[in-house]
Amino acid sequence: MAVEMLSYIERESPVHRLSGVTKLVIFMMWSTAAMLTYDTRVLLFLFAASIAIFIVSKVKLRDIAFVLIFILIFLLLNNIAIYIFSPQEGVNIYGTSHVLFDIAGRYNVTIEQLFYQFNITLKYFVVIPAALLFIVTTHPSEFAASLNRMGVNYKIAYSVSLALRYIPDIQRDFRMIAQSQQARGIDLSRNEKLVKRVKNAAAIIMPLIFSSLERIETISNAMELRGFGKKKKRTWYSTKAFRHADYLTLFIGLAILVVSLYITFHDGDRFYNPFC
Amino acid sequence: MKKPIIQFNQFTFKYRSQVEPTLKNINLSVYEGEKILIVGPSGSGKSTLAHCINGLVPFSYKGELEGSLRIKEQETKELDIFTVSKVVGTVLQDPDGQFIGLSVGEDIAFALENDGVLQPDMTKQVMDVSRLVDMESKLDASLHELSGGQKQKVSLAGVMVDHVDILLFDEPLANLDPATGKHAISLIDQIKKETNTTVLIIEHRLEDVLHGTVDRVIVMDEGQIVSDSTPDDLLASPVLESAHIREPLYIKAMKYAGCKVTPAMQPAHLNTLQIDSWRKHLVQWFEAVKQPEDDTKKDAVVLELDQISFRYEKGKNTIDQLSFLVSKGEMISIVGKNGAGKSTLSKLICGFEKVHCGTIRLHGKDITGDSIRQRAERIGMVMQNPNHMISKHMIYDEVALGLVKRGFKQEEIKSRVDTTLRICGLYPYRNWPISALSFGQKKRVTIASVLALNPDILILDEPTAGQDLRHYTEIMDFLLELNRQGVTILLITHDMHLMLEYTPRAIVIADGKIIADKSAVEVLTDQTVIQSANLKETSLFGLAKRIGIEQPAQFVTRFITHDREVRKTWQ
Repeated sequence: MAVEMLSYIERESPVHRLSGVTKLVIFMMWSTAAMLTYDTRVLLFLFAASIAIFIVSKVKLRDIAFVLIFILIFLLLNNIAIYIFSPQEGVNIYGTSHVLFDIAGRYNVTIEQLFYQFNITLKYFVVIPAALLFIVTTHPSEFAASLNRMGVNYKIAYSVSLALRYIPDIQRDFRMIAQSQQARGIDLSRNEKLVKRVKNAAAIIMPLIFSSLERIETISNAMELRGFGKKKKRTWYSTKAFRHADYLTLFIGLAILVVSLYITFHDGDRFYNPFC
Repeated sequence: MKKPIIQFNQFTFKYRSQVEPTLKNINLSVYEGEKILIVGPSGSGKSTLAHCINGLVPFSYKGELEGSLRIKEQETKELDIFTVSKVVGTVLQDPDGQFIGLSVGEDIAFALENDGVLQPDMTKQVMDVSRLVDMESKLDASLHELSGGQKQKVSLAGVMVDHVDILLFDEPLANLDPATGKHAISLIDQIKKETNTTVLIIEHRLEDVLHGTVDRVIVMDEGQIVSDSTPDDLLASPVLESAHIREPLYIKAMKYAGCKVTPAMQPAHLNTLQIDSWRKHLVQWFEAVKQPEDDTKKDAVVLELDQISFRYEKGKNTIDQLSFLVSKGEMISIVGKNGAGKSTLSKLICGFEKVHCGTIRLHGKDITGDSIRQRAERIGMVMQNPNHMISKHMIYDEVALGLVKRGFKQEEIKSRVDTTLRICGLYPYRNWPISALSFGQKKRVTIASVLALNPDILILDEPTAGQDLRHYTEIMDFLLELNRQGVTILLITHDMHLMLEYTPRAIVIADGKIIADKSAVEVLTDQTVIQSANLKETSLFGLAKRIGIEQPAQFVTRFITHDREVRKTWQ
């Protein structure tokens, strides 16, 4: 069927068994740590830990290959942009300049710049597995429950999870509409000029909007008829109760955050400097 | 004396956007523990009546309301939708659209979650109610994996979990194959017996609902209640015909034969029907009706499928080495249970999906490699939901779209669109906005937009789903007329009546294979085919057996021939 990106992947693993709240909190702490630190040692450790958790989760690389490639391309562009706009960033930060070779003007390649960009890349690699894992190992309905337990209003939490849920359905509708319009000569493939393709896309958007509105009316009626929005609070069928593993995970997560922040900031500099 | 649970008193309702009231002076009492069927053509107000009972009117759909509606002795307009939903549980028409949870258990629990029931308690209640509908082993299953019948069970459980006093079903059979529909009706019967809830069913497939027991049938037409009687009384009266509701086929056969149907004959079920006094009459009629001429003359082959296979995912073929021939001018039904591969087959023929192996030939020419667009000039496909196809505001533009995109000249486009609009009976509306049309008319616009390209073959997915008898007859007679003009037509359908009445040939698909390819009458009288494809034996066959006709299939054939002629002269 349609390619379903970033949807929940059912596997039996310790990561899947954790409560959604735990995973959300860990993900947030993990990102905080990765964002604040430029300390290579901390980053390397976090990266190794990410990979380890990824293996434990039994999610296969090919399950997320599409998204991963997408992110990697973006990362590459990002690195190029950093170099173009700020080729001397590494020299500024580390205070030394070991030139490997010159290109033109202020554009030269220094070990410091390479090291700086390596750190940036590493930061991505720390966050990416954690983010992907959070998305693909948390059941969408549990996701809503987690948001709600973190203090987000349940109506908003539910809308978010419904929106995620309808992505595959909308994709299916889109495909069907696109096919029927193609049959009438509205071409969206590369055979057609770009301007025409954009115009043709409009012929698909309108039916898509109408069929989505139809969907929304049905679902909102169904929800209302079953009492959604009646009370200030609601409970969740699929919330997982906190178990020892959750407390343990949260504790370890917090410890990692504190230690990594300590190592990062104890000498008053966020960067680990191997050059002096 | 039984207590009334729903009481309409001089009740009138007008939607805010409409000029005329949709419901006029409704007086109706429903008593505790009754099972009531509400029938009526499209636009008769039966859905609005249901909305009034479950609280969508006036709380979600606003409008002006007069008179009184009391549910459990409380005036509904003074309540709110949540209080009403505690008393009335509604099972909506489209099970897929109304699922909120992702897994079976979660969806059943939705109402409990909103009530703030604690998790351990909730798990227990979900378990209890799922046992009632026989789904307790599937609580963790994803809703997408379920069959049509199982989905219906889940939506039922989802409202039962609230311990409602009234169960309201809005066209429960609309999306189900015939056999599953029959199970659904039995399930409703069984639930009603076990819990003694009051049951209201809104449906226009009268014969299928009467398969279970029904206490009263309410007939609605033009916003009013035109009949309120027992099924036996109703079938003996002329109300159904005048309100454009399809009578059970066995009743129709008896009327053709000149039998006088009276309530005393208990005509609501074929099994209870007292038929002895009319047996001779029916047999005489059977012998008098002339046998149909064998008009199966074979024209040139238009479409040929040769050993085609297709799969969505590895390991399981959705279409498995399937072959058949279609001759010019044929009108064929493609039937089979939900998920048997019927829709996939039509997509393969149109090129929406590509076959993995096998060949498709059109007029003897291999078209397997042709694109959607190339095939569309010869093969037209009309989707089930017109909203998936319509992309213009005006009818004329919509029908002209395909021609414009193919670069025809202005005059040529105009003449072809006008001709098509005339054939489809849409010419007077050509400058109307599409949004002003009814569902049935929209359907016709989509057929017209495909016809404008002059295809040799027309494929229609469920052309009559959700249509009442009048619109059904309109659409089908229109297709029949096209067919007479030489268009070859393939119909994907769940409707056994359609198959019997309109298509001489039926192709039955089960698990991606053809299990029968013969006349519709033969299919609907063949027990093995009926069982493996989730079809339902026609009641005509049952009637023929009850009156002791030796070739019951012959009886069905002759009825169809006779019926066709009657309809022809009637036009």
